[in-house]
Amino acid sequence: MSKKVLMRGSQAIGEAAVRAGCRFYAGYPITPQNELTEYMAEAMDGLNDGTFIQAESELAAINMVIGASMAGARAMTSSSSPGISLKQEGISFLAAQELPAVIVNTMRGGPGLGNIAPSQSDYFQATRGGGHGDYRTIVLAPASGQELADLTRTAFEYADKYRSPVLILGDGMMGQMMEPIVFPEPIDVRTFSPKSWILDGAKGRPSRIILSLLLNPPEQEDLNWRLARKYEIITREIPMSESYMTSDANMIVIAYGTAARIAKGAVKRVRELGLKVGLLRPITLWPFPNRPLKELSRHVREFLVFEMNMGQMIDDVKLALEGRGNVHFYGRPGGIISTPDEIAKTINSIYHRQHLEED
Amino acid sequence: MAKKIFQRPKYLKKAVFHYCPGCGHSILHRLVAEVLEELDIGERTIGIPPAGCAVLAYNYFDVDMGEAPHGRGAAVATGVKRTLPDRIVFSYQGDGDIAAIGTAETIHAANRGENITVIFVNNGCYGMTGGQMAPTTLIGQNSTTTPGGRDVKRDAAPIDLSEMLAIARGSVYIERTAISSPKNIRRTKRALTKAFKTQMAGLGFSLIEVLSPCPVNWKMSPVDAAKWIDDTMTQTFPLKVIKDEVGKLD
Amino acid sequence: MAKKEGLIVIDRELCKGCYLCIAACPNKLIIISDELNQMGYYPAEYTEADSRTGDRVCNGCATCALVCPDLAIEVYRE
Repeated sequence: MSKKVLMRGSQAIGEAAVRAGCRFYAGYPITPQNELTEYMAEAMDGLNDGTFIQAESELAAINMVIGASMAGARAMTSSSSPGISLKQEGISFLAAQELPAVIVNTMRGGPGLGNIAPSQSDYFQATRGGGHGDYRTIVLAPASGQELADLTRTAFEYADKYRSPVLILGDGMMGQMMEPIVFPEPIDVRTFSPKSWILDGAKGRPSRIILSLLLNPPEQEDLNWRLARKYEIITREIPMSESYMTSDANMIVIAYGTAARIAKGAVKRVRELGLKVGLLRPITLWPFPNRPLKELSRHVREFLVFEMNMGQMIDDVKLALEGRGNVHFYGRPGGIISTPDEIAKTINSIYHRQHLEED
Repeated sequence: MAKKIFQRPKYLKKAVFHYCPGCGHSILHRLVAEVLEELDIGERTIGIPPAGCAVLAYNYFDVDMGEAPHGRGAAVATGVKRTLPDRIVFSYQGDGDIAAIGTAETIHAANRGENITVIFVNNGCYGMTGGQMAPTTLIGQNSTTTPGGRDVKRDAAPIDLSEMLAIARGSVYIERTAISSPKNIRRTKRALTKAFKTQMAGLGFSLIEVLSPCPVNWKMSPVDAAKWIDDTMTQTFPLKVIKDEVGKLD
Repeated sequence: MAKKEGLIVIDRELCKGCYLCIAACPNKLIIISDELNQMGYYPAEYTEADSRTGDRVCNGCATCALVCPDLAIEVYRE
């Protein structure tokens, strides 16, 4: 039985990764996620089958992960916004070559070098592919220490199951906060069933090729069709969200990650004032949890999207609602952290402007 | 009874090379395949082909092959080798791949002393994209992006990547050879053999730079291209052992 | 002088007509065929096709095969 431990968010990802059987980590220093890289350096050092490499660049790090994944390891890299931009080439290759890997993005304010404060500036980059080509990346957005640990395990499982890169999207606040966590039991990597596609030398079997160059358009189309079918399955199987006080609500706040924690505080406050407001927190950002939103739209008219950016997830909310309801937006970009009171005020003003108290 | 003394090596598939007439790539593929066979390591070898003409190397080598993004061969090879240290890992990279877009990955893999073998094909141009200037294009050499010949002031001088890599502390064996004559082809094979043996002995980073003809982009006949390597290209890139901390290997 | 007897077989459909073998053959036993192959090249052609003639000059040195980029040449030796 695992016991509760108090741990920083970044380190919790590291510990959960090791317990999930991650045996290869390559990374490059960038704030605000260095604690994860440092944790992996120490953790891999303590394993006789673990590899840690401080790479010369973000590019090298993601490409080392490509190599490790080809060779069958559960592999991870991590970075923060500008570093994730640099990794996008590799993420596109991971998608094309159908290689599992986990990538952690501790988002910061941007564009450009931006700052190192908590932000949700990379939603588009994360959910729209980020790199070149016709592909998707599974995106998980934890909102607590416990969820960082649990979703890291999930990330490795999805990566292997769907042979796809999986992105864990957090921010500096998630990375720095200390919360009690119960970690899942470590997996013995020797119990993993052997992967049928890895490159480990063609002994007693035909040689294998892992590639992404498909000069012949019908072959490229075949890959794109295959990926599309896979994405369809993923879209059916894994959307995850948390509904908080939504059953009687006539207004719904939609937020993820750090923003969702703040929004939850705001919902609690306005509930005390008698406002029937609930929170829908997407946990998978791609695939986006369309169904709960669509169901809510049967009895809810007003939706407030709160993000720590100038409006990115709102596009997915509108797509999910398919024109039903009014979608409002409140956002603070640049690494500014809103207070629950600030969100509560916004909720209050929309609530009364729309005369929801009369519902 | 006549005995067959020269045939397709075991680790080359029975495929027709897509390379242009007189191209050095396929000769080099054959030499690598022969070495893998002679050292009996083909069944535990993983090759990392580049972006460039040789990207399709995976259609020819009958060993496990994993394609790397342009220039990232040494990083991908690092990931494979660290995960499976008892396997033999080689990257096969052209001059643009290794000496322009992938310089950082290559230098750092060498400096870390990654126990991999890098095959660096220097043909002085970007072949697949149609003969643009490469980092190794000679001064005065024509290319589609140096129409009047490479000019040092405008285009910089060719880069001596192998010599740079020799400075890296983790590299142990670096040799420059050529595919230009029977003698040089044999020498290339000896160098490849030593490079793979270096890796088998766990000694560290080995690299063989091979001056290789690109008759089509050089606008020469294959015979003239081979001669041009010997007469002209070797003036800038002399054939020699650049670094050898390995010594004699059994 | 006792001479090692050799023989080469050129697969005309693999040959791309680079003629490096012609330049390499020490005994000048390879010529350009006057018939195109399926790829549209005039392939190299061995001039001692009949292996039963006693006065063969080819000694099976394999230099032609060594320089052939397309593995189009197989070499046999007695």
